[in-house]
Amino acid sequence: MTTAALEVKGLRKAFGKLTALRGLDLVVAPGRVTAVVGPNAAGKSTLIKCILGLVRPDAGRITVLGQPIGRDPGYRHAIGYMPQAPRFPDNLTGREVLDLLADLRRDDASGADLLRRFHLDEDVLAKPVRTLSGGTRQKLNAVVAFRSRPPLLVLDEPTASLDPAASGVLKDALRQAAEDGATVLLTSHVMAEVEELADDIVYLVEGAVRFHGTLDQLRLSTGERKVERAIATLMREAA
Amino acid sequence: MTTAVRVLTFGLQNQLRNRWILGYGLLFALLTDALFRFGGSGPRVVVSLLNVVLLVIPLVSVVFGTLHLSNSREFIELLLAQPVSRAALYVGLYFGLALPLAGAFTAGVAVPVLLHGGAGAAGLGTLLFVGSVLTLVFTSLAFVAGVHFDDRARGLGLALLVWFAATVLYDGMVLLIATLFADWPLETPMLVLSLLNPVDLGRVLLLLSVDVAALMGYTGAVFERFFGGGLGVALAGLALLAWTVLPFLLGLRGFARKDF
Repeated sequence: MTTAALEVKGLRKAFGKLTALRGLDLVVAPGRVTAVVGPNAAGKSTLIKCILGLVRPDAGRITVLGQPIGRDPGYRHAIGYMPQAPRFPDNLTGREVLDLLADLRRDDASGADLLRRFHLDEDVLAKPVRTLSGGTRQKLNAVVAFRSRPPLLVLDEPTASLDPAASGVLKDALRQAAEDGATVLLTSHVMAEVEELADDIVYLVEGAVRFHGTLDQLRLSTGERKVERAIATLMREAA
Repeated sequence: MTTAVRVLTFGLQNQLRNRWILGYGLLFALLTDALFRFGGSGPRVVVSLLNVVLLVIPLVSVVFGTLHLSNSREFIELLLAQPVSRAALYVGLYFGLALPLAGAFTAGVAVPVLLHGGAGAAGLGTLLFVGSVLTLVFTSLAFVAGVHFDDRARGLGLALLVWFAATVLYDGMVLLIATLFADWPLETPMLVLSLLNPVDLGRVLLLLSVDVAALMGYTGAVFERFFGGGLGVALAGLALLAWTVLPFLLGLRGFARKDF
């Protein structure tokens, strides 16, 4: 039997009176690109933060590549994370940020290919981060997440601040990573992007999985050809 | 290189290019230089700097510490998503800010002192020591506030309240007690009260180090006898150590349990 890349069992999390996750169960097969979608406050961010260890669940279990996550942060070697809104210390240069994160990951991969494709040459990397645009910072973020070829990529709205050319580079890198066997967990509000990139869709409502299947299964179950309309149908049914 | 040292190194790199930190050091340099030019001798400069150190260092440390933690929120989340322990990250973040702050103060005072030939001034060492310890203490308190509140305004509000309580309210309370119980022998309670507030403890140590205790009359003599003895030095050291370590551990505990 193949080990799941990610297994979430009975995950619960409440912030005061607000319940974000209600016993969420999810199994993600290795090598799949899975998009996590849902309305606002569905629990997408909390789920991702639990996987990354940023949020401590009240109950439940998460297993990454067969390793149950606990207090030992070592499992995060296997995860490349790309947050939606990258912010780095203002006075460091892009190169220093890349070197710092490589040191922390004990990672000697340069990411030269991705740096070249994003046009991040050493002149750009020598500038203080505060002078870089949001898109350039997001490119740095992508290099950090992808360069060590981690087996699990967690990407939170990865193309949000990228221009079409950089977005294309990122999507190519994502596809390449998936072809090389990486598992990708992706959140996006752009359904065309989900349709373009994802193999599977997880639809969350009120902290639980309402639908988990392939794009074709989604189309079949909703009777809609377009993913955007299929998701809209799921939203209407959940309302 | 361990995670904490690496994070500390990047913190130093970042802060040493920070104009606010450089301006903070420059402020002390200009002030110390001006006091030498207008005030004269080393001990008088130390006494003149006393109130600035006791008010400004806690204020700058709490404001800077709280804002730094709040502004670094997204980057801290990115670092926590790497294979690093929360404790190591906290240690690195804390010293990555507290050391540049203490360094800016120390350099800002020491350079003009050396230029004016006041290196041997009585109380100078104590001034630098007290200023550095207050930086560590109030940066810790700022981190406690920053860790506890996600909202920047509330964190900053709590940090400023702590500063106000330590530098103004506490003295008011001590004065009230001294007035209400004027007929009672208050030297020992005053000693205890001065140990319970790092700002007051710093003030007493500084005043005693520049030999102006006589100005405080009988109380000054009691303080001088107490802090001049082995037990007094040990208790003062223990109190400063507690003020340095306990808020740090409180912040670390909060950081380790925090949901980001």
